[in-house]
Amino acid sequence: MNILVCIKRVPDVGSKFYLTEDGQAIDTTNLGFTISPHEECAVEEAISIIEKTGGHATVLTLGPAEAEEQLKDSLARGMTDAILLESDQPEWDPRQTAQAIIEAVKSEEAKNEPFDLIMFGSESADSGNAQIGIRVAHGLDRPIICGLKNLTVTDSKIIGKRDIPNGMEVYETTLPAVVTIKEGINLPRYPSFRGRIKAKKKEIFRLSPDQISRQMEMIQLQHPDEQKKEVEMLGEGISAAPEVVNIFKQLKLLK
Amino acid sequence: MILALIEHDRGIISPYSLQLLSYAHTLKNGDAAHVKAVVIGHNVKNITSELCKYSPDGIVVIEDERLENFSAEAWAGSLIQLAETKDPAIIMAAATDRGNEVLAHIGAQLDLPMSAYTYKIQDGTKKKITRLRWGSSLLEETVLQGKPLLVTIALNVAKAVERSGKAPIIEAFQVEINDKDFRVKLTGRQEDADSGTSLNSASIVIGGGRGVGSGEGFTVLEKLAECIDGAVGGSRVATNNGWIPHSKQVGLTGNRIAPKLYIACGISGAVQHLVGCKGAKKIMVINNDPQAPFFTKADYGVIGDLHEILPAITQELKKN
Repeated sequence: MNILVCIKRVPDVGSKFYLTEDGQAIDTTNLGFTISPHEECAVEEAISIIEKTGGHATVLTLGPAEAEEQLKDSLARGMTDAILLESDQPEWDPRQTAQAIIEAVKSEEAKNEPFDLIMFGSESADSGNAQIGIRVAHGLDRPIICGLKNLTVTDSKIIGKRDIPNGMEVYETTLPAVVTIKEGINLPRYPSFRGRIKAKKKEIFRLSPDQISRQMEMIQLQHPDEQKKEVEMLGEGISAAPEVVNIFKQLKLLK
Repeated sequence: MILALIEHDRGIISPYSLQLLSYAHTLKNGDAAHVKAVVIGHNVKNITSELCKYSPDGIVVIEDERLENFSAEAWAGSLIQLAETKDPAIIMAAATDRGNEVLAHIGAQLDLPMSAYTYKIQDGTKKKITRLRWGSSLLEETVLQGKPLLVTIALNVAKAVERSGKAPIIEAFQVEINDKDFRVKLTGRQEDADSGTSLNSASIVIGGGRGVGSGEGFTVLEKLAECIDGAVGGSRVATNNGWIPHSKQVGLTGNRIAPKLYIACGISGAVQHLVGCKGAKKIMVINNDPQAPFFTKADYGVIGDLHEILPAITQELKKN
């Protein structure tokens, strides 16, 4: 099996956002970076597939040179190859991102073997556009199943399950295909020490992607209006218990 | 004209599609003066009669045997064919998994931008919108190019309200169905056997985070939940460590809950988690760190060790 997983480097935000002065981005001066949660699960899923079938699992991202950190992290977990579409341009719109990935896939497939399966997270943590996978599937003329919480891969087809209210739906399609993954499909492993050493030595394949014209022009980011809350402290330790029960009563939560 | 996609499953209209109709009505002017609800499926009479209560200006029914089950590509293909004859200013759907998926397929096929989780269409003609990022923790103002404007509207932005008005004109629209649209096949359904009080319907939810420390640590949360008919959930730290299953996660990549009271235990209050519980009417935070950022978002606070405080509350309740 030959698998490609597309990930995104996103800031690891804590409890509050700070925006840059021009409102164009999150101020990341004091923040670390991570992979979007759904994509972390896509990486795990790809690794567990090739552990059974053998083959390659390549991780790809579009981002700044620093995104090497997220690629190395995926390599340390067990991905076999990594591609960085390096760009200093922040905020590629979804169509631009998809087109860059489509071009990269085409050039990879022309050189090496075709990808049986291309995986995405169902949406990125930061911009949440929820469409890159679908645009890539159309660009490559491949079927796509979205939002998978369970995936079974055979030689020629995939069976995927996704949530609906009160249950799951089962979908099936033939390979080569594209899927988007949701957190919960698996429990991602942490990179092992040995994995990290191996990843350090691995080379990352770098490409300079072309940026097609923009169709979504961001004006600015803003904080939503939020009500200021005044917290009522009920006490410290177990002595607060009667007061907590009083609150239950006040809120009419006890039968 | 606005085309509003109505989602339905086995005869029941999604409440979010009804919210969508209410939102669409607030936009009416210029070339968006008519709101047409679009129903795609097979044997959808009940759905159209139910929809009349929400008084769209018109209902377009696209029926075909092969559309009995949901197919993102076939639904997108049908809407594209409809748009070719109606020339709408806006095509919209609710920002559900299905809504986002169908609109993204349309965007990809027509090479048009699509805004998911749209919070507000500021100016339909200039295509200026505000959309949600980080699960509503941040707003993005953006201008989209091209026509029609493709948007999915964030959930709970508008309330679904029945409206009296002229009976809508119901028209049937025939589409040509492409075999290729069925490359992905729905082959089955599994009902959920989830018993017990669900996170989404419980009046009280008790959540645990890093401070709980282990899977066994959740016992004190569960005991209290039993006592007050509550449900137990947790932060991403708790689910990623395998202490509780992912289906119990409250947060950006888990459940969005709206109980009467949410009791957060040993959770610092990261954005990832806050997004999941901001729908709660009241929030109580129990944390041994008085500096925990979550206290600033809480209505009630208790400082101390959850492993001691929760059993004390359970005991106090039993006394009553």
